[in-house]
Amino acid sequence: MSVMKKLFASAALAATMFGGVASAEDMRIALVVKALGIGFFEAAAKGAEEAAAELGGVEIIYTGPTDTTAEGQIEVINALIAQRVDAIAISANDLDALVPALQKAMDRGITVISWDSGVATAGRQMHLNPSSNSLIGNMIIKLAADHLPDGGDVAVLSASATATNQNIWIDEMNKVAGNYAGINVVATVYGDDLADKSYREAQGLMARFPDLKAIIAPTTVGIVAAAQAVTDAGKIGEINVTGLALPSEMAGHIDSGASMSFAIWNPIDLGYAATMIAYNLAKGNDVAESGKTISMGRMGEVLLDDDRSGAMSDPFVYDASNVHDFKDIF
Amino acid sequence: MSLQDDIKTRIIPDRLNSRLSGYLKSWESLLVAVAVAVFIINSLSSPYFLDAWNLSDATFNFTEKGLIALAMALVIISGEIDLSVAGIIALASTAMGYALQFDVGTVGLVAIGLSVGALCGLFNGVLVTVMGLPSIVATIGTMSLFRGLSFVVLGDKAFNGYPTSFAFFGQGYVFWVITFELVLFAAMAVLFGILLSKTNFGRTIYAIGNNPTAALFSGIRVDRVKMILFLLTGLMSGLAAVCLTSRLGSTRPSIATGWELEIITMVVLGGINILGGSGTIVGVVLAALVIGMVTFGFGLLNIPGIVMSIFIGLLLILVIALPIVYRRVRKG
Repeated sequence: MSVMKKLFASAALAATMFGGVASAEDMRIALVVKALGIGFFEAAAKGAEEAAAELGGVEIIYTGPTDTTAEGQIEVINALIAQRVDAIAISANDLDALVPALQKAMDRGITVISWDSGVATAGRQMHLNPSSNSLIGNMIIKLAADHLPDGGDVAVLSASATATNQNIWIDEMNKVAGNYAGINVVATVYGDDLADKSYREAQGLMARFPDLKAIIAPTTVGIVAAAQAVTDAGKIGEINVTGLALPSEMAGHIDSGASMSFAIWNPIDLGYAATMIAYNLAKGNDVAESGKTISMGRMGEVLLDDDRSGAMSDPFVYDASNVHDFKDIF
Repeated sequence: MSLQDDIKTRIIPDRLNSRLSGYLKSWESLLVAVAVAVFIINSLSSPYFLDAWNLSDATFNFTEKGLIALAMALVIISGEIDLSVAGIIALASTAMGYALQFDVGTVGLVAIGLSVGALCGLFNGVLVTVMGLPSIVATIGTMSLFRGLSFVVLGDKAFNGYPTSFAFFGQGYVFWVITFELVLFAAMAVLFGILLSKTNFGRTIYAIGNNPTAALFSGIRVDRVKMILFLLTGLMSGLAAVCLTSRLGSTRPSIATGWELEIITMVVLGGINILGGSGTIVGVVLAALVIGMVTFGFGLLNIPGIVMSIFIGLLLILVIALPIVYRRVRKG
């Protein structure tokens, strides 16, 4: 039975390697992500640790499944319920499938919130969006206006004409466009989130509007294509490309000057804010009810709407000063 | 496969005779030992392990996969394989969700889940026995086909709003902490155990797995047996779909992604020979328990899932390597 001995030995080794991690922290907050090993979530975990250090006496359990599946997250949630953690802050792989498991967690006295990717209202106390539609709409035109002190023509390069998110953001942008004097939104074109079509649409904009000063692309595909089109047309410095983008994809265009700045959520802030909210709810400092606010430490306060969800902040602005710190993260 | 090939690849003519029965017995006792060891280690390493409700929650880690593993064991013993089981879950769950849109009640939903599962299994059976396709190829195809159909119906949408009574299958308790799923798994394990080891049908499965040609010449209707086995696997996948859909309270086409490999892992770890011909249901049940308890134990210590994958991978290599080493040692 030497094999059995070996099995015992390896199992015992595994136990000693990973065992004995129990600590005497006052509060344990689990940050559950879609899957481990994703830069965006590793950055959020950094933010959570920052919040824990600020609060003191808080242990962060950063965990998640190996693949982005709801079933994997349920196994993780069951293990967290068993450990009687104080709070679970989750970025969900599925809006609905996690509801029964998270309801069980709440039944057993655990504070449950979702962040980044939400859970249906029945499965959480509140949801933290990185930003809101109106904040995004305002931000994308502000990004263009900030670099156009004398005003000028700007155009929008969107995803498809039926893309829900982009249409809402552009509507919100148009609502506040009057606040930015001298900025004329001359056209909205659609690149369908295809690199080549977005590129041609950007070329078309430059041909139709010779005085174009900025292209706003509230889509990660469109903004990269537009920056490339501006670069290829030799119009760097004349036309500023901005909008919503990922630092990893835009760092080169920031360096070249095709884009002065762009915006997207900051995962560190998001992990920080989610942890602060989970702490305050679990402590009973705040309650998750519609119309109430919850404190998020250095990120201010979040106001909950009718679905008990709230927006953290304006999208975070990335430019030459910080894009290289984030380009390896997401 | 010609008779000549059979003779070449089958080094041991009959894995069931006394030569290996000793090993088979010791494999299951080894699994019992591992299960006990895991139980003790878990109890020592986490103060939360020995808790009736926590252990009850932990059973969900293996009950649904275990249901399918029982049927998969028979398929693998017969020398075939079914990689489409997770795809069947997706399609059966989608069919139930679709029926829900027409206000079908709980009984109807279960009937639909089971029949879609059985039909999918039948389809696999036809591909393998009537069309003569190798099962690994046929079921790789149907794996994509079944899940693909589910994606066609749902896209990025989800079905939800299952009736409250439907929640019993995946969230209900029979008494105290004993879940419906656990009782179902135990009952099915007994049924499959009897089917495999106490009936003529069970003996024919071993015979086919050891030597399909000899089985055919002995008067066994090989194709019919295989057809029944694929049908059974489909039916059990449909049953698992009912439980999982009920537990999630919703259907998405990505449901149960990657489960086929976890289920086959369970079967192989249970001592079922991946080449067919030997293994028992007891082994599969024990393997399901071990995997479930190890997963839960690792979860309690917040050990990343990838470590679990490595652990199971090493166990699997051990399982595959053991018989080979055993034979070498016996010869030498």
